[in-house]
This record gives sequence, C-alpha cells and structure tokens, in this order.
Amino acid sequence: MNKVTDRLYNGIVKENPTFVQMLGMCPTLAVTTSAINGAGMGLATTVILTLSNLFISLLRRFIPDKVRIPAFIVIIASFVTLVQFVMQAYIPGLYNSLGIFIPLIVVNCIILGRAESYASKNSVIPSIFDGVGMGLGFTVGLTAIGIVRELLGSGTAFGIRIMPDSVAPISIFVLAPGAFFVLAFLVALINKINIGKAKKQGTEPELCKLADCASCQNTMCQGSREAKEV
Amino acid sequence: MNIILLAISAAFVNNVVLCQFMGICPFLGVSKKISTAAGMGGAVIFVMTIASTVAALIYNFILVPLNLTYLNTIVFILVIAALVQFVEMFLKKAVPALYQALGVFLPLITTNCAVLGVTLTNVQKDYNIGESIVNGIFTAVGFAVAIIILAGIREKIEKNDVPESFKGAPIVLISAGLMAIAFMGLSGLIR
Repeated sequence: MNKVTDRLYNGIVKENPTFVQMLGMCPTLAVTTSAINGAGMGLATTVILTLSNLFISLLRRFIPDKVRIPAFIVIIASFVTLVQFVMQAYIPGLYNSLGIFIPLIVVNCIILGRAESYASKNSVIPSIFDGVGMGLGFTVGLTAIGIVRELLGSGTAFGIRIMPDSVAPISIFVLAPGAFFVLAFLVALINKINIGKAKKQGTEPELCKLADCASCQNTMCQGSREAKEV
Repeated sequence: MNIILLAISAAFVNNVVLCQFMGICPFLGVSKKISTAAGMGGAVIFVMTIASTVAALIYNFILVPLNLTYLNTIVFILVIAALVQFVEMFLKKAVPALYQALGVFLPLITTNCAVLGVTLTNVQKDYNIGESIVNGIFTAVGFAVAIIILAGIREKIEKNDVPESFKGAPIVLISAGLMAIAFMGLSGLIR
C-alpha cells in the first residue's frame, strides 16, 4: 500500500510531468484552449499510460532488450488507436476538438519515458499506479493551464461564466500565442519559488532548464543531449 | 495554382510550430545557436519529405486496398521510426559529409510529433500523393524558418538583462509567443 501512494505522490506532485519535468509540451500548448479540453486530453493520456504500463510490465521478461523500443511503440500505438475509437464513438465533441492530438499521444515523451524508465523494470502493481500517478499529474497540469487560458480568454471556466460581463475577455489567450505566454508565466512563477527556496537554504537555485531539453532524460529525446554538444 | 496555395499555407499561414504546436520539443531544445537550428531544420526537411512520400504511398497502395486504414497511426509511427534508422545508416555510408551535418539530429526526429502529425494530416484532409508530398516538404520548410528565426532571437537575448525568474525557458516561450502573433498576421493571406 505504501508503494502505491508513493507512486501516486511521485507522479502528481514530486515529478509532475508538466510543471517539474516539462514533458509532452506539444499537447500542453495545443489543447489547453479550455479547461474541459485540457482535462479530456489529460484523462485520455492517463488511460493510455496506465494500460501501456500494465502491458509493458507484464511483458518485460519476454521483450528482447534490443527491440524493446519498437515493441513499446507498437503497444502504445495500439492503445492509442483503441482509445481514439472509444472517444470517437462516445464523446465525439471532445474527439473533434482534440483532433489530431489524440493519435499524436503515441509520440508523447511521458508515455515512452515511463515505459522505459519504470514499467520495463518494475512489477505490475507499482507500474499501474505509476501510470495513474503520472497521468493524473499531467491532467492536473493541463487543466490548470486550461483554466487560466479559458478564464482570461473567454471569461469562463469549464464553460461556466465566472468573470463579470464588464470585464472584456482577452481573446489572444485562447489563440496560439496565448499558450506560449501562459506557460512562460507559469514557469517563471515556479522559477521564482525555487529561487526563494534556494536563497533561504543558501544553495544555488535550480532554474527550469526546458530550453536545453535537459528534462528529456529518456530515450525519446536522447538526441537532444548529443545535439547540445555540437 | 492549388499546389502553390497549399505550399504557402503549409509553410507560413498554418505554420507547424507556431499555429499547430507540433515539434515544440526540438523547437525549444535545439534553438540556442543559428548553426544548430539550421542543421535541425535541414534534417527535418530531409526526413519529412521522405516520410510523407513513403507514408502516402503505403496508405494509398497498401492500407486502402486492404481496408486497413484504421491502423494508420500504428503503421505510420513504425514506418517513420524504421525510416529514420535507415536514413541514418544510408547517410553514414553514402554521404558522410551530410551525415556530419545532420547526423546528431536524426535520432531526435523519430519522435518529433510534427513528422507523424504531417502524415496523419495528409490522410485526414484526403490529400492525394502529390499534395501529400508538397504538404510534407513545405510544412518542414515552415519548421525550419521558425526554428532559425527563434535561434536568431535567442542569440540576441543572450546579451540582454533578463529578470532572474524569466531566464531560460520563460523568455524563450515569450519570444515564441511574439513570433506566433507575427505569424497570425499572415492568416488573411489564404481563405
């Protein structure tokens, strides 16, 4: 039981994929035009992450080491296709607004990253909860960005009007540039907190280094580390 | 004429990074210097051209006749992954000079979601093979233009006095946001 809560805490808070690891930036920026879209994308990713972690953990003794990446990709792509069909059938509205980003879950760094660094090395139960924790962490991140953008851009949250009518919505926030600005300010806020903490402890502040892609410490992005040395 | 419109739309109006948010990771990660950004842009043009051609051929001549179009996500990602490996091996043997220039970027591209994104968009929009190839090439050109511009801006930012909490990722994201606003100005170009 202890291990289960530890995995959940690790995914949602300690190694939150959006705010701490900065993984999966493409869907983070693209689908967060509203809180509902962000939450929907996060939950779809959670389902796929949990299922792929479960299966990769079950098959970890049978997948030869040399072909593990293609094998993981096939497993993930199969679940993505399944989830895509389920969403198309039962929630067509959300399916249409997420559009191409549902099949693109296949190349989300978080999923292959968890498969490679956790599920392929650990037993089934912790792997499932690792998937649930990471997925929920991603959902929390996307929903938070979605709420901010929706509130500023159209004055609503989850479709419910919050801002008074006298406050004109700043529509740039639901358009493409708004995604960059909101994320920039959130990261700056996190940096500010980290700098404050470091000053108290008298240590060097740990600034978010998204720009170096140092956060992509998994196989997906290993090229970026090499590229940095060029 | 349609092909020209498609090309301009793919490269500038619906810019893959700034309007569609595909390929953000390399866009932010490999844009520190103009030279590396140009290398990455070149590698993406190279791979995306081949990938969209091969994916369009496989879709039209294998998946459609066999009624297997629902497998497109799985097939395309495997094709892209295999293709990148193959291109890397081929370049190493046949054109070492080009491999020197693009080699390090190739492993990065397998999971650049822009490449998979383009092949899937081609299918969703019912482009024929010729249109798919043009869309692939010019989407990649749009990526290269965006990443080189961002690298240019970042080289200048290096010399500026940025507030401490905005150093690194946030200021790059803000630059990208301003670029996105500039690119929105092009949206009236094509209806």
